[in-house]
Amino acid sequence: MELTVINDDQATESKGGCSAGSCGSTDDQMSQLPEHIREKVHNHPCYSEDAHHHFARMHVAVAPACNIQCHYCNRKYDCANESRPGVVSELLTPDQAVKKTMAVAATIPQMTVLGIAGPGDPLANPERTFDTFRQLSEKAPDIKLCVSTNGLTLPDCVDELAKHNIDHVTITINTVDPEIGAKIYPWIFWNNRRIRGKKGAKILIEQQQKGLQMLIDRGILVKVNSVLIPGVNDEHLQEVSKVVKSKGAFLHNVMPLIAEAEHGTFYGVMGQRSPSSAELQTLQDACAGDMNMMRHCRQCRADAVGLLGEDRGDEFTMDKIENMDIDYAAAMEMRKKVHDGIAQELAEQEAQKKEKAQANIVQLEGFTEKTYRPVLMAVATSGGGVINQHFGHAREFLVYEASSEGVRFIGHRRADQYCGGDDTCGDGETVLQKTIRSLEGCEVVLCSKVGYEPWAQLEEAGILPNNDYPMEPIEDACSAYYQTLIESGKLDEANTQQEASA
Amino acid sequence: MALSIIESCVNCWACEPLCPSKAIYEAKPHFLIDASKCTECEGDFADAQCATICPIEGAILDNLGAAINLPGSLTGIPPEKMATAMAEIQAR
Repeated sequence: MELTVINDDQATESKGGCSAGSCGSTDDQMSQLPEHIREKVHNHPCYSEDAHHHFARMHVAVAPACNIQCHYCNRKYDCANESRPGVVSELLTPDQAVKKTMAVAATIPQMTVLGIAGPGDPLANPERTFDTFRQLSEKAPDIKLCVSTNGLTLPDCVDELAKHNIDHVTITINTVDPEIGAKIYPWIFWNNRRIRGKKGAKILIEQQQKGLQMLIDRGILVKVNSVLIPGVNDEHLQEVSKVVKSKGAFLHNVMPLIAEAEHGTFYGVMGQRSPSSAELQTLQDACAGDMNMMRHCRQCRADAVGLLGEDRGDEFTMDKIENMDIDYAAAMEMRKKVHDGIAQELAEQEAQKKEKAQANIVQLEGFTEKTYRPVLMAVATSGGGVINQHFGHAREFLVYEASSEGVRFIGHRRADQYCGGDDTCGDGETVLQKTIRSLEGCEVVLCSKVGYEPWAQLEEAGILPNNDYPMEPIEDACSAYYQTLIESGKLDEANTQQEASA
Repeated sequence: MALSIIESCVNCWACEPLCPSKAIYEAKPHFLIDASKCTECEGDFADAQCATICPIEGAILDNLGAAINLPGSLTGIPPEKMATAMAEIQAR
């Protein structure tokens, strides 16, 4: 029962309980892409919850300058403790970036993708960005290149982008309405002037849409990022999703606003709130009827290195890589072997999953005469699609929704909420309390083990801890536990977690 | 006749490539303007380019030592309207 939501006009049909189109299995957005796009992105860690446990990516911070002002950004970007877009520790020249990329590719053969994402706007630094791409296309042709942009100068850069090994471009489009744009972008730098308010926002929006169209016309994949800002563009993002889909973007990534006073951003300082996990999910589900949605973005730093959610940047600082001697020809052979091995493993996993998904649906259909409410389940996993992590070791949880329709992947929750290592973080809240708070909306947490103290606190918060499914595939465990909940009569009761957090 | 950059500069590089006189250079702890080269963009642009793109209020001074980007110029909200704006934003 896979629903193909891309390239069709069946949006209205997918209004049921499974509008994300991933029913019956945890297959994520990859499964819904047309074959020619899947081929391009199958080994891109950012596009697949499965691939990201196997393939790594890195960002190089070569692009410091920016040409617009966003209310969620602070241009003072040097903080090693924070993990969020726009933040970097070490600015690189193009030559340094090329050296670093090749050092990482040779050391971490799983690294398939190099992105330039800032810390400013890559296309506001065209010389530095394109010098890096030019050198890498030549010296390391087995690395995929990608770039993200606010879109202001995109139309001028499309010709140059088309020359390199760039298989997709990400445009951040938060609105298609200048009125709303003025609440997000106080000004832009355009034709050597600072253009403020609605007028500036209108130019930015026009450039973004024009650039999007030009990329599509040249066959370059476009992903659209949007920052969900409550009370500003929340309802409007459904419109954005429709517009970018109609133009041909292949994926929409709606991300929650990060706004903390200590980040010094306008929104942070002014007390603009971030969306709750429930608001984000509701919006993603609403957009999913029209557009292929991305749900596991980790909103990583502009100099991140490694698998998603991990950062090995410290191993590759300039002083360390200066002394590394890289034989890239040899590295390329080794990389190819590793990539082929992973591809084979993933293909096998996928085949197994498909079989199981079919079985699950049959099982569920026979079982449920009555429709029960869906249940959000948090899962502690370190990869491989199985429940294999201790509750206390999890730095993030994957969230799945189990319902009569099957099990689907919803997103992830950070357990360390952008903050490094201290036991308490200023306000005296313990890491455990914080973790439990991050699981808001989830009624169940599935892990390999959970200690006595967290068990008690989880129960108190209305979340059922469970360690009955160690090393079992996530979707099977979610499905089995959902049935246990139904059988025990638990789903005849109201959601205690929601009551507890109300 | 020259502009200057002061310590609130965050070294974001935005101004450096825009200068028509190549008067801006990277320095520690922050970027600087070579006063002998700076023309305040006269004859090239209507507005001083460095100050036009600078994302920090008050980081660039005119030849009299006064800030070019005044408080409120970054966010578009003048100081006297801050409280109202904050109340509106917090109600979202």
